Amino acid sequence: MNVVKYLPWLAMGLTVTSQSCAEQVHAAVAANFTGAMKSVVAQFEQDTGHDVLLSFGSSGKILAQIQNGAPFDVFLSADQAKPQALQDKGLVQEGSRFTYAIGALALWSSLPDFIENDYSRLTSDDYNKLALANPKLAPYGLAATEVLQALGLKDTTQAKWVQGENIAQTYQFVATGNADLGFVALSQIMSKGHVTEGSSWIVPSNLYSPIRQDAVLLKTAKDNSAAKALLAYLQSDAAQQIIQSYGYTTE
Amino acid sequence: MFTAADLDAIWLTLRLASIVTVLLLIVGTPIAWWLARTQSWLKGPVGAIVALPLVLPPTVLGFYMLVAMGPNGAIGQFTQALGIGLLPFSFWGLVIASVVYSLPFVVQPIQNAMQALGERPLEAAATLRVGPWERFFCVVLPLSKPGFITAAILGFAHTVGEFGVVLMIGGNIPQQTRVVSVQIYDYVEAMEYGQAHLLAGLMVAFSFVVLLGVYGFQRQGSNSMLGVK
Amino acid sequence: MVASDQHAIHAAFKLSRSHASGEPFTLDVDIQLPSSGVTAVFGHSGSGKTTFLRCVAGLERAQAGQLTVQGEVWQKENCHVPTHQRPIGYVFQEASLFEHLTGMGNLAFAMKRAPTPTSDEGLQQIIELMGIESVLTRLPKHMSGGERQRVAIARALLIQPRLLLMDEPLASLDHQRKQEILPYLARLRASLKIPILYVSHSVDEIAQLADHVVVLEQGTVVAQGDIGEVFARTDVNALSGFDTGAVWQGKSVARDEQWHLVKVSFQQTELWVRDTGEALGSSIRVRILARDVSLARTALDETSILNRMPATITDICPDRDEAMILVRLDCGEEVLIARLTKRSLDKMALQVGQEVWAQIKSVAIVR
Repeated sequence: MNVVKYLPWLAMGLTVTSQSCAEQVHAAVAANFTGAMKSVVAQFEQDTGHDVLLSFGSSGKILAQIQNGAPFDVFLSADQAKPQALQDKGLVQEGSRFTYAIGALALWSSLPDFIENDYSRLTSDDYNKLALANPKLAPYGLAATEVLQALGLKDTTQAKWVQGENIAQTYQFVATGNADLGFVALSQIMSKGHVTEGSSWIVPSNLYSPIRQDAVLLKTAKDNSAAKALLAYLQSDAAQQIIQSYGYTTE
Repeated sequence: MFTAADLDAIWLTLRLASIVTVLLLIVGTPIAWWLARTQSWLKGPVGAIVALPLVLPPTVLGFYMLVAMGPNGAIGQFTQALGIGLLPFSFWGLVIASVVYSLPFVVQPIQNAMQALGERPLEAAATLRVGPWERFFCVVLPLSKPGFITAAILGFAHTVGEFGVVLMIGGNIPQQTRVVSVQIYDYVEAMEYGQAHLLAGLMVAFSFVVLLGVYGFQRQGSNSMLGVK
Repeated sequence: MVASDQHAIHAAFKLSRSHASGEPFTLDVDIQLPSSGVTAVFGHSGSGKTTFLRCVAGLERAQAGQLTVQGEVWQKENCHVPTHQRPIGYVFQEASLFEHLTGMGNLAFAMKRAPTPTSDEGLQQIIELMGIESVLTRLPKHMSGGERQRVAIARALLIQPRLLLMDEPLASLDHQRKQEILPYLARLRASLKIPILYVSHSVDEIAQLADHVVVLEQGTVVAQGDIGEVFARTDVNALSGFDTGAVWQGKSVARDEQWHLVKVSFQQTELWVRDTGEALGSSIRVRILARDVSLARTALDETSILNRMPATITDICPDRDEAMILVRLDCGEEVLIARLTKRSLDKMALQVGQEVWAQIKSVAIVR
C-alpha cells in the first residue's frame, strides 16, 4: 500500500535525481522520536534537496521488518539493544552507529494540577491507573520500572499498572483520560521547551539509566549518499537544537 | 513449551471468546430478526452500522472505544454514573469492545438464515394457533439453526483472533486483558521468536480447524432450509 | 337457502393493491357460504381466489371487510382476529411442513396446540385416512411431494379446525401424485363434518369434490351455487371450453351383471354407466362433458350409443372456440350441455324450444 501511495513521489524523486543529484532516503524511526524527526527532516530537506521517506513504529517491529528484508536505509531506534542486535547480525554498516538522542522520562497527567511537580501522587492511592510502556519491549517502560524501584513504589503500584505496547500508546492512555497517571517520554508532552498540557513531574535522570537512542546506517544503503547525509545532519548543531527543544538531551 | 503466562493468556482468551459469543447471540438475534423482516428505511443505516467493523481498521475502532469509554466519553460518563467506573483496561471492557467488533460476524449469518425462511413457515405456524412470540421461538429459531451455528463459530473465532482493539483498550494486564494475540505480539517485539512461533502456530491451527468446521457444516446443511419453492 | 343458514359463513372483502408487475388488482366479494360440505372457490390464476382464502384465514387483511363464521365475528370494521386465534386449518399449495421436525413431529406440533387432547384412536384414524403411517419417522426432505402434502393435511386436521381451508393442495403435484391424493381427499370429504373451503383452478378436482361452487373472475364473483347448478351454466367464461360439462347427482338403482353396467337414476332420467362396484342405492355423481353429447332430430335405433333421451333446447350460446357452439338442454329436471360445430347447428336448423334427442357418448363417474 505504501508503495502505491508513494509512487507519484517516487517517480518525481527519480526525475529530480537526474536533474540535481538529489537522492532519496527511507528512514525507520522509533515512535517516540516522531515529532522531533519531522522537524529535523523538514530542515534537512530544505537544506539539501534530498527526499526523506519516514516510517514510524515501535523499534521491535522495525527490527523484525529489517531482519526480513524491509527496504529501510536508516534506523533510528528507541534504544541501543536493537541496533546492536542488527550489528551482531552484520546488517549494519560498520562504524555508523551513534547516539542521536537521550530520552527523558516524565510522570504526566492530562488533568491540570493533578501532579504537583513531584511523585507524591504515586504514594497516595488517589488515582485510578498508572500507565507505562511494556518494560519488556520499550526502553521508556524499563526506565519507568527503574524509577518506581528507586522510589520503593514498584510493589505498591503494580496493581494499577496498565501497559502500552509502546510509548505512543502509553501516551494515548493518559491523554484520553483513561489512566490518571503515566510515565511518558518528555518529548511527547514538550513543545518548544515547555510542557503544554496537563500536569507533570520531570523525573530526575539519576533515578533511571539513560535512555540512549542509537541510529545506524544499514548495510544495504552503504552507497546512498542521502542516507549518510541524513545521519551526519542529525549530529549537526542545528539538528541537535531541534532535538533538545523536544525534551531530549544530546551528547 | 507454553509458559504459565501463555497458559493464562490462552485461558483468558477462551473465557473472553465464550462470554462474548453468548452475549453476541443474545444481542445479535433480535438485530438480525429486525434486519431480516423490516421494511423500514432504517434498515440500510442500521445494517451499515452493524457491518462497520468489517471494514474499519481495528485500531480505528479501538481508538474510538478508548475515547468513548474514557472519562470524557459518552460510555465512560454513563458507566461512571452507574458506579461501575471506567471500562478500559478491564476484562468487561474487552468483552464489550469484542461484542461490537464481532457483531457483523454473528448478525449476518443469522440474518441470512432468517431471510431464507421466507413468510411461509410463519404463516403455517399462525394457522396452527401459534402466537407471534412462540412463532419466533418454536419455528424461526430452530429453522435458523444452521445460521446460528455458523454465527457462533465465527463470533468465537473472530474474538479469539482479535488484536487491534484489545491492544488499544487492553493495557496488557495479565489474566485481565493479556490475550493470546497480544502475548504473541509481545514475543515478537521482544525478539522471542521461538515462543511467538509456538503460540502463533496454535492460532493458525485453531483458525484452520474452525473454518474447516464452518465450511464442512455449511455444505452439509445447505439443503436443510425449508425446502419449498 | 344458504343465506338463511345462521351457521353459515358470510365473507365480504374489499381489497386493492398493485401487483409487482404494476397491474392493479382488486378483490371485491360478498359471499354467503354453506356451513357444511365442500365449497370450491374456482377461478383462473389472478382471479383472486387465493387472496380470498388468505383473507378468510386472516393471513391477509382486506382494507374493508366483514367476516362472520358460524356466528362468530372474525373481521369487522377495525376488529381483525389474528390468524392464530381463528379456529381454522390451512393447507398451503406447497406442503409447508416444518423442515426441522419429522412427520410425527409436525403432527405433534398441531396436537399440542389443539383445543382438546387428541385420543390415540383419533390420531390413528387420521393417519390411516391420509395413509401416512410409513413416513412419520422421516424428515420432510425425505418425503415425496404427495407424502408431504398428505402429512400437511393430517396436520391441519389435528389442530381440530372448525373450518378447513385448502389452497390448491394439488397444484404443485404432477398428475400421478394428484391421482394418489384425490382419493384421500374424497375420503376426507366423506368423513369430515366441518365445512371445507377448497381453492382450485381445476374443473376436474372441483367436479369430484365440491358441493357448492363460487366462481371468481378478476376479483369478483361471477357465479355461485350448487355444483350442478353452476356447472350447467353456459355463460360462465371460466367454465366454458374443453372441460364444459354438466354434473348430475343420482343414485344407483340396478345392476346388469352380464354387461358390467349400473343403472343410475336421476330426477327424471336414467343413465347406464360402467359398474365400478358401488353398492346399489349408493349416491353417485357423474360428469357429462359437453363434447361427449351429440344431438339428433329423431330417435335412432341403430347406434352404438347406450344413453340417449329426449330433450328441449333452452339456449344456444357461443363457445370460446369460433367454430363451436354450446347448446343448453332440459332433460326433465336435469340440464345437459352439448358442444356442436356451428356448421351442424346450421345444417340441422336447430332453434330454441325445439325437441331433439340427446345422445351421450360417455359418462364419467366422478364419485
